Formats: sequence, C-alpha cells, structure tokens
Amino acid sequence: MEAAADPELQSFIEAETQKQRFQGLVHQLTELCWDKCMEKPGPKLDARCEGCFVNCVERFIDTSQFILNRLEQTQKTRDPFSRSLTD
Amino acid sequence: MDGFSSDFSPAAPASASGKLDTGAIMEQVKVQIAVANAQELLQRMTDKCFRKCIGKPGGSLDNSEQKCVAMCMDRYMDAWNTVSRAYNSRLQRERAKM
Repeated sequence: MEAAADPELQSFIEAETQKQRFQGLVHQLTELCWDKCMEKPGPKLDARCEGCFVNCVERFIDTSQFILNRLEQTQKTRDPFSRSLTD
Repeated sequence: MDGFSSDFSPAAPASASGKLDTGAIMEQVKVQIAVANAQELLQRMTDKCFRKCIGKPGGSLDNSEQKCVAMCMDRYMDAWNTVSRAYNSRLQRERAKM
C-alpha cells in the first residue's frame, strides 16, 4: 500500500507497463507475420522477407484501426450490424 | 536464469529503517520482466522452429534438423527486431499526427 503511494515507483511502474505492452505486441506480431512471411529460414533475412514483415506490421495496425473506426460508425448509425449483435 | 527465481520469493525488500526500498523493488521488477520476455520469446521461437524444421520426428534430432533450427532461431530474432523497429516507427508517426 505504501509502495503504491510512492510517486517514483508509480511512474516507474507506468513506464514499465507501457514498455511491456509494446513488447507483448511485438511478440504477437512476430509470430503472426512469421507465418505469413517466412517460407524457409535461410542464412540471412533477405530484403523481400524483411519488407514483408514491415508491411505485415503496418497492415495489422491499419486493420485494427479500420475495425475500430467501423465499429464506432456502426454504433453511431445503429445499422443492421448493431441489431444483429443484440438479436 | 535459475538464480533469478530465488530473488522473487521474499517480501518487498526493506532498508534498515524498515521502509520499502524503492530502488530494490524496481530492480526486481526489471529482472522479472526480462525473465518473462525471455520465456515468451523462447516459447514462441521453439514452437515456430519446431514446425519449420522437424517434419517427421525421428529417433534423434539429426544434423540437418539441428542446422535448420539454428538458422531458424537466428531468423526469428531478425524478424523480432524488424517487427519491433517497424512497430516503433509506426507509433512515432501516429504520435506525430496527434
């Protein structure tokens, strides 16, 4: 309890939590993009493969933003989608 | 890594005055996070490289399988670093937009 009130510790925990969230997503994305981009591990990561990983990360974030935006919109307009959720 | 676990069990470290030692707590948290990350990486890497390299499990991990696993580990680390960089630069760009 006393520890939670320590401002130094609090900001440290916040920063570490943030870092951990980042690392967690890197683990998840590496695994996901590995399945999409890696055919057979060679002696080095070639440029084409590296590009695939970069695109994979970018498109994943685009997708997550797209889904979030679309859900937000469908919530607002209450189109058939939101009804189907409650049915 | 074995040595780390024994550090976790005692209650929060206290200085001579009996107050919680913030610095020591932060050190412990850092170590625990590092261990957790290493385990996470190890687990996913083992899974991926087993799938890539061991087609039909034989009587032993033969030479070509070992070579494949070694190469796979290195490429997995490359991939991890590439993803980390790409994600980080995307975050930076998103932040600049706001």
